[in-house]
Amino acid sequence: MSPPHTGQFFARVLCRQLLLVMRRPIEMGNPLLFFAMVIVLFPLGLGPAPDKLANFAPGLLWITALLSNLLTSDAVFRSDFDDGSLEQLMLAPQPLFLSSLSYILAHWLTTGFLLALVSPVFALMLNLPISALGTLILSLLLGTAVLSLLGGIGAALTVGLKRGGMLISLLILPFYMPVLIFGAAAVQAAVTGTPPGPYLAILGAMLSLAIALAPLAIATGLRISLDA
Amino acid sequence: MSISAIGAPLLEAQSLSLLRGGRELFCDLSLAVHAGQLWQIEGANGAGKTSLLRILCGLSRYGFEGKVVRPVAPLYLGHQPAVKALLSPRENLRWHLNGEGLYSAEQIDSALARVGLCGYEDVTSHTLSAGQHRRVNLARLFLSDARLWLLDEPFTAIDAQGVDETQALLASHVAAGGAVVMTSHQKLQVTCEVHTLKLVQSLIS
Repeated sequence: MSPPHTGQFFARVLCRQLLLVMRRPIEMGNPLLFFAMVIVLFPLGLGPAPDKLANFAPGLLWITALLSNLLTSDAVFRSDFDDGSLEQLMLAPQPLFLSSLSYILAHWLTTGFLLALVSPVFALMLNLPISALGTLILSLLLGTAVLSLLGGIGAALTVGLKRGGMLISLLILPFYMPVLIFGAAAVQAAVTGTPPGPYLAILGAMLSLAIALAPLAIATGLRISLDA
Repeated sequence: MSISAIGAPLLEAQSLSLLRGGRELFCDLSLAVHAGQLWQIEGANGAGKTSLLRILCGLSRYGFEGKVVRPVAPLYLGHQPAVKALLSPRENLRWHLNGEGLYSAEQIDSALARVGLCGYEDVTSHTLSAGQHRRVNLARLFLSDARLWLLDEPFTAIDAQGVDETQALLASHVAAGGAVVMTSHQKLQVTCEVHTLKLVQSLIS
């Protein structure tokens, strides 16, 4: 019997992860609910003046998306670590960095991707100009993918710890900052009418770099966590 | 059975030493597992049985001295059953994270039937008992064509009849030219010869 080749195994892990989320849809709903709740808090805290909200909207939307991504990163490998599935993944003949990428892709599809799709609704609540919505979606699609990859590194390193939640924030928040800066700047540029292209290009470059390097770091992190 | 049945071992450990928390769990331990052998690792709780198995299968790569040679890929069943509660037994085996094979639906169903889970193929696993979870994991023994099995306490939570069946399976695997290294506190009642490795820990002063 020949083992499934790398592409088949990548698809197997992806299907498995997506099915697991479908079986417990609240895991998909939680980050979206969190996003909605926090966005609703801003008009309450800052005052409902439309102009003021529109000024802050790019930053607020991006910070909230970042936090909601951070909220779920911790759980990427947690349940598979607890029930021993990760041990079996370590022993699989297929390369671990590709399987890790599969985990992250599933995580992004069920968090960042959905968040980018629903973000226009909340952007309008914050009075973001309609002309900036396209840039918002695009920047979130690119940016949240980078966040998921970076979060995966933190998750892999802390999965062996009982309470890794706080540690993962401290570990990866510094790496989230460049994404936040360029993501929010892209939306801000679209609001003020300057071309957002350069900022989106930088986000794309970050994504390329993260796709190339983060899976290797995740695979190594998992091996270290499983070794203990 | 094949060339390796005559000479080369399926697994070879050379002078392994492991220290944990100031205790020397084992020192200068060498082990060669040949085809047709059943090894039982014995020892008190905390003697290092699981640590040894994790070193042998390759999960532990650092923190010990010595060398492990693995000419064939072993099948490792650990303490945790690696069964997802949200997936059915059939899905668990079909999408198992140990990517050693693409199994057909018939192969999976027959493996599940042989571990006594006929009729449970499509229920989500969280409705199954702990023993049934372990049985889903044991079904991998029927699916896999790995020659070397590394089993960590395979009889945990398995009922008396299941233990007998598993022991018979181990014996037939060994008779067919495979090899088994396992930990268990039970005395094995199998038809083949059992090689025993006893771990006795010593305190370092």
